[in-house]
Amino acid sequence: MTISIDPQKTNNESLQPKGWLRYFSFSLDHKVIGIQYLVCGFLFYLIGGTLASAIRIELASPMSDFMPRDVYNQVLTLHGTIMIFLWIVPVVNGAFGNYLIPFYVGARDMAFPRLNAVAFWLIPPSGLMLVASYFVDGAAQAGWTAYPPLSITTPQSGQIIWILSVLLLGGSSIFGGINFIATIIKLRRPGLKLMQLPMYCWAMLGTSLLVVLSTPVLAGTLILLSFDIIANTGFFNPVLGGNVVVYQHLFWFYSHPAVYIMVLPAFGLVSEILPVHARKPLFGYTTMVFSIMGIVVLGLVVWAHHMFTSGTPPWMRLFFTIATAFIAVPTGIKFFNWVATLWGGKISINSAMLFSCGFIINFVFGGITGVALAQVPFDIHVHDTYFVVAHFHYIVYGGTVFIIFSSIYHWFPKVTGKMLNEKLGILHFIITFIGFNLCFAPQHWLGLNGMPRRVAEYDPQFQFVNQISSLGALLMAISTIPFLINVFLSVRNGKDAGDNPWNALTPEWLTSSPPPVENWEGEAPLVEEPYGYGKEISEQK
Amino acid sequence: MLNKNIYLILIISLVFAISFWIGFNVNLLPAEASINAPIYDELFKILFIIGLIIFIGMTIAVIYSLFKFRKRNDQIGDGIALEGNLSLEIVWTIIPSIIVLLIGLYSYNIYDRMGGMKELNHNHEMMSSNTEKIWAGISQTSDNEIAINNLSIEVSAMQFAFLFNYPKGNFISGELHVPVDQKVSMKMESKDVIHAFWVPEFRIKQDIIPGQPTILNFTPTKVGKYPIICAELCGPYHGGMRASIVVEEESDYNEWFNKNKKPEVNL
Repeated sequence: MTISIDPQKTNNESLQPKGWLRYFSFSLDHKVIGIQYLVCGFLFYLIGGTLASAIRIELASPMSDFMPRDVYNQVLTLHGTIMIFLWIVPVVNGAFGNYLIPFYVGARDMAFPRLNAVAFWLIPPSGLMLVASYFVDGAAQAGWTAYPPLSITTPQSGQIIWILSVLLLGGSSIFGGINFIATIIKLRRPGLKLMQLPMYCWAMLGTSLLVVLSTPVLAGTLILLSFDIIANTGFFNPVLGGNVVVYQHLFWFYSHPAVYIMVLPAFGLVSEILPVHARKPLFGYTTMVFSIMGIVVLGLVVWAHHMFTSGTPPWMRLFFTIATAFIAVPTGIKFFNWVATLWGGKISINSAMLFSCGFIINFVFGGITGVALAQVPFDIHVHDTYFVVAHFHYIVYGGTVFIIFSSIYHWFPKVTGKMLNEKLGILHFIITFIGFNLCFAPQHWLGLNGMPRRVAEYDPQFQFVNQISSLGALLMAISTIPFLINVFLSVRNGKDAGDNPWNALTPEWLTSSPPPVENWEGEAPLVEEPYGYGKEISEQK
Repeated sequence: MLNKNIYLILIISLVFAISFWIGFNVNLLPAEASINAPIYDELFKILFIIGLIIFIGMTIAVIYSLFKFRKRNDQIGDGIALEGNLSLEIVWTIIPSIIVLLIGLYSYNIYDRMGGMKELNHNHEMMSSNTEKIWAGISQTSDNEIAINNLSIEVSAMQFAFLFNYPKGNFISGELHVPVDQKVSMKMESKDVIHAFWVPEFRIKQDIIPGQPTILNFTPTKVGKYPIICAELCGPYHGGMRASIVVEEESDYNEWFNKNKKPEVNL
């Protein structure tokens, strides 16, 4: 396939609106689509965060007194669904993937620009539909896992809208995955070898493989579930001879890889950020590539570790224990490599660097509890408790969301040509880091001592620790204020960044900031060593 | 160079010492009230110590790097162009693999001691004799003889309560009473949605599934009253779905049992 974008494409481009209006248009520019993903995702993050605050307010006292119990279940269902499907997955994949991948492979756009725009524009309507379902007859209230028969017996309209919304978001995710695979494999600039690509490309290749392989399973499962709800079929309905545990297998076949869909891109992003600010090459490029692919393969065969208490045969429990625990090996390699990247560098202590280091510390903690949870006898006691809630948030918030913020500080100058304010950035980091750990670290103890998850009320002896956790949540809510102020002030009056404020060597910095529509004025540069720090710069063309 | 190594060894031994001290002195778990509990806590302690060593070690490495290798104002240029170190990378692939493998084998051993593996035979015999497929949760007993002799209770769960049927006494109770130090075998089934039976002090949990009976065996070791908690989201009142298990001396249990016992209904 040869890509000649010239005549037709430029005609299209001239039809595209310019200025801020283009962010509200069906733009085909991968950079515009990337920003659309990011801003849209962040708006849903604010909604999901508001719901999280509502949960923590409810849990500040042992009684169910802040909202009705069924509303509480709707809130926790929406919180989970929004944060996963409308914030983390679209942002680490869609936003940064769309913005960066064409630069990294030396292309002028993604392989399928129209599919790309369609993938984005599926998100706002499905997200709004999901939120609006609250006003119809109450939103879904069976948790983001939607286990039948609870999801079959709760009010139908909310659950059906939830299914439709997740199906659309899954479709968007599959479109994106196909697009990334095609772009990375087929659109590489002549002369650019796979093993010269920046690590984020490898992470996105692995992630997109997982998306394409596992999301269709979720889609099929949810369609069967919707038949059970509206057509009274009996796939998962035990009253009609269905099997509820089959649903769990099918659901987790997607939803465990979904965790890697949320963290692998973050692994890629942090691999771009650390070398730049530590002024050192990424340590162990080849082992990093192999560990990403190892995580992809292992990630597909560990799903039943979510079902150790569901009644699984002993051999299956053991297989999934061993497979799950072994994911720690490739993941561990990556973390050792990042610390080795810092070692002996000339590290600039800035917001991007601090958020990345916060990510390493939080994720190591979440990874350790993850290896413990993989052990069947350990999991039996803490399954479905606040221990799991804490572990999961250490992975997706302490891990991925920290990297999203780190990436925003790192690439903001690229996108806008302005720097973010460092003082506000460091303040943002400090409040987020303290708030996050205050919120989630105590929840490990709650789970171990007998507080199940997804409850609106609990034993009075857990009140003090829950209040500490709620205080942490309050700090997390407050931490978005300096961030928002920073972004709004810097977009207007930020310090001029120049084209390459970090003196970075990856290809997206070898053009103007913000970049022109076709990414480079001339031919795309051939970057054979994206991490060639400490070597002669003149080697770079 | 020698000095540097001494510091490294000192720091590593300090990390180990702190981790072991915390592991042995900080108790994060509730009381131990079943045969499973001490076995569980042994596994927890080992995992806790290994986890602490790794976490403290990594945190020190990150914070040390940030201080030691931070860019001073007078510095220009890049760090050293070190792109990797194969032997180092092999070391930190093999050591974690060994640790993970040892943890896996050890937890297999723990699982076996909890009775998780023996269940397989037991399950097969149950299947062949009853032609009913029953899924087993973790358990302490496995021998058929015990399965017959021990106290068997039928648990049914519904939104939002547990009911405990004592077939030998022909009565149903909302509170689970069991004699201390005696094996209890429960067959559990749900009437509506998925629930779970969890006693934190016993370190056991098993989902109660509609249309699919599950079995859970345990042996309480400490007299007292403990909460039974539903751990699977089951509807609006999920948080309130609680019951109690009363572990009592055999004489007290017999007294309670005889008080509640109903005569066989003659039709």
